Amino acid sequence: MRTLAIDNLNVVFSTEEGPLHALKNVSFEVPENRIVGIVGESGCGKSTLINAVLGLLADNGRIAEGTIRFEGKTDLVGLSPDRMRALRGQRISTVFQDPMGALNPVLSVGRQMVNIQYRSGLSRAEKQARAVEMLRLVRIPDAEAALRRYPHQFSGGMKQRIAIAMALMMEPALLIADEPTTALDATLEVATIELLQDLQKKIGCSVLFISHHLGVIAELCEDVVVMYAGEVVERGTVRQIFNDPRHPYTRRLLECDPARQSRRTRHLPTIPGEIPDLRARPGGCIFAPRCDRAHSACAAPQPERDCGDHHFARCVLAREPETADGRA
Amino acid sequence: MSDDPILSVRDVEVTFPVGGPLSRGAILGVAGVSFELRRGETFALVGESGSGKTTLARAINGLQAISAGEIDFEGRRIDGLGKRAMQPVRKRMSMMFQDPVGSLSPRMTVGDLVTEPFRIHGAGGRNLRDETRRLLSLVGLPAEYANRYPHQLSGGQARRVGVARAIALDPALVIADEPTAGLDVSVQGEVLNLLNDLREKLGLAMVIITHNLHVVHHVADRMAVMYLGRFVETGETESVFSTPTHPYTAALLSANPEPDPDRAHDRISLPAEVPSLLARPAGCEFHTRCPWVQPRCRAQAPVAAALDDRRVACHFPLDPGARPPHRPKEPA
Repeated sequence: MRTLAIDNLNVVFSTEEGPLHALKNVSFEVPENRIVGIVGESGCGKSTLINAVLGLLADNGRIAEGTIRFEGKTDLVGLSPDRMRALRGQRISTVFQDPMGALNPVLSVGRQMVNIQYRSGLSRAEKQARAVEMLRLVRIPDAEAALRRYPHQFSGGMKQRIAIAMALMMEPALLIADEPTTALDATLEVATIELLQDLQKKIGCSVLFISHHLGVIAELCEDVVVMYAGEVVERGTVRQIFNDPRHPYTRRLLECDPARQSRRTRHLPTIPGEIPDLRARPGGCIFAPRCDRAHSACAAPQPERDCGDHHFARCVLAREPETADGRA
Repeated sequence: MSDDPILSVRDVEVTFPVGGPLSRGAILGVAGVSFELRRGETFALVGESGSGKTTLARAINGLQAISAGEIDFEGRRIDGLGKRAMQPVRKRMSMMFQDPVGSLSPRMTVGDLVTEPFRIHGAGGRNLRDETRRLLSLVGLPAEYANRYPHQLSGGQARRVGVARAIALDPALVIADEPTAGLDVSVQGEVLNLLNDLREKLGLAMVIITHNLHVVHHVADRMAVMYLGRFVETGETESVFSTPTHPYTAALLSANPEPDPDRAHDRISLPAEVPSLLARPAGCEFHTRCPWVQPRCRAQAPVAAALDDRRVACHFPLDPGARPPHRPKEPA
């Protein structure tokens, strides 16, 4: 079963300068029990996508087309606010970059963890016990005492782990994690990734993990969706994307990561040009204006091309494996 | 290139008062660090959030008073200088702050922003329009951007404006606090290349603060790893990366996530949490997390000692490729 199946999703914002097509024909799936990563640069539509799934688009945004099927049945598009609210925090939960945004600074951690179980029907003592259990699961030392402490009394890494504990408390079917490790240093980042991997297996949920950190995506995710300017340009398994990228944007993006330059260089590769204005999308391939392999065929809109084994890329050249000039 | 350091930091400490009237105390944000920087050299400060990197940068720039130690800049002692005496120093030493858009006033145009340093320090008869053009072209922005406002810029462009402001007065030293945090990889490369070109072109010395180790590897000549406000290891970047000798450096380098799904991870995992600055561990302050900890580490603080090209604060510096003696246990 698919925990989340997004099909041909289009999101449009109305702005003073005209309609802005923020997501265009976005389709991908989050299978049950799997960790799917979304990678892309700022402005590629990652946040819009999450907001569309959660029913939290800004007032000037609307889903113009498409479906978001959750657990094989409910279409989240057009779901009533009440029914959406019943899903959020119960079946779909989120962790964001800044854990303080998720924690109330004036309530003790225990109070907050008990409060968010208001739908569970458990007794107070049971809720308390559940909170302790979750804190243990995210490896907060001395969990009972931790319940009495306030968010500011924990370090950044611990706060993020508490936010993860709260997100997973109701054993959701889908956890959406938006850049949850970006603010952490390398040792804590790795610890958080390992924790997420571990908890995902224990709880048996699916995870939609958003990051622009390629190393973290490579390490944590099983499937990867590459977004550029509001479109899915490539998707496949983590090995397909990192070892055999078929879209020129994915290739350039991977090359740009300083971590891929094993030899020390003073001159790092970049992708020249800027993301196009989404109010005036180019008619053909969205990446063509910045692509060094663009040619006449790229002026036409590009459908997703099947590269085999559920690996798709939105490029004319998708079926050609990488040429020798590709990687360092 | 002259051999005299343009910046020399000796045993600098920064303390912050904590507590109320009944329990007054102080924490050491920076606990005695020393380093020197020469013209055209890039020095990186690495360490987790809260390790004192930004505090040290602010102390060098005079934005934060120091409680012990000395800072010399271009042959002159600058710690403890008053606001007025510091003004000419700031012309020669500029600072790039973390948040690119947040450090630009939303009500000023790019042109006003890049020439603001001249107005603050006395324009000295310069033609500001020419200066705007010169600075924008140095950082690779088209001249017509002078009329734009910060909200009309992308993250990378805002960063470029920040760079233009930092180099406006021909400084000798630029301190860049997380110059690429929050930037996409492609734009990150652009900003680092730009800083590097300017370093070569203008002979700038740079202090770069970052927690991205991959960035450090490519841009810094020398680096220092900070832990709880101290330098635990200092040395040439290449050599630190190839043979880390402090256990914390080794753990940090091994924890660096690599964009390769098939890479076998041979990680040194660190147990427990970072100790609080309010309760610094006795002995070596890293001993609570160190996989190689020995009885002596709990009792006696190591003194940073020169080891080949390095300075390492550890009783038992690691041999190349050392592995932890046992798997550290998870806290219950």
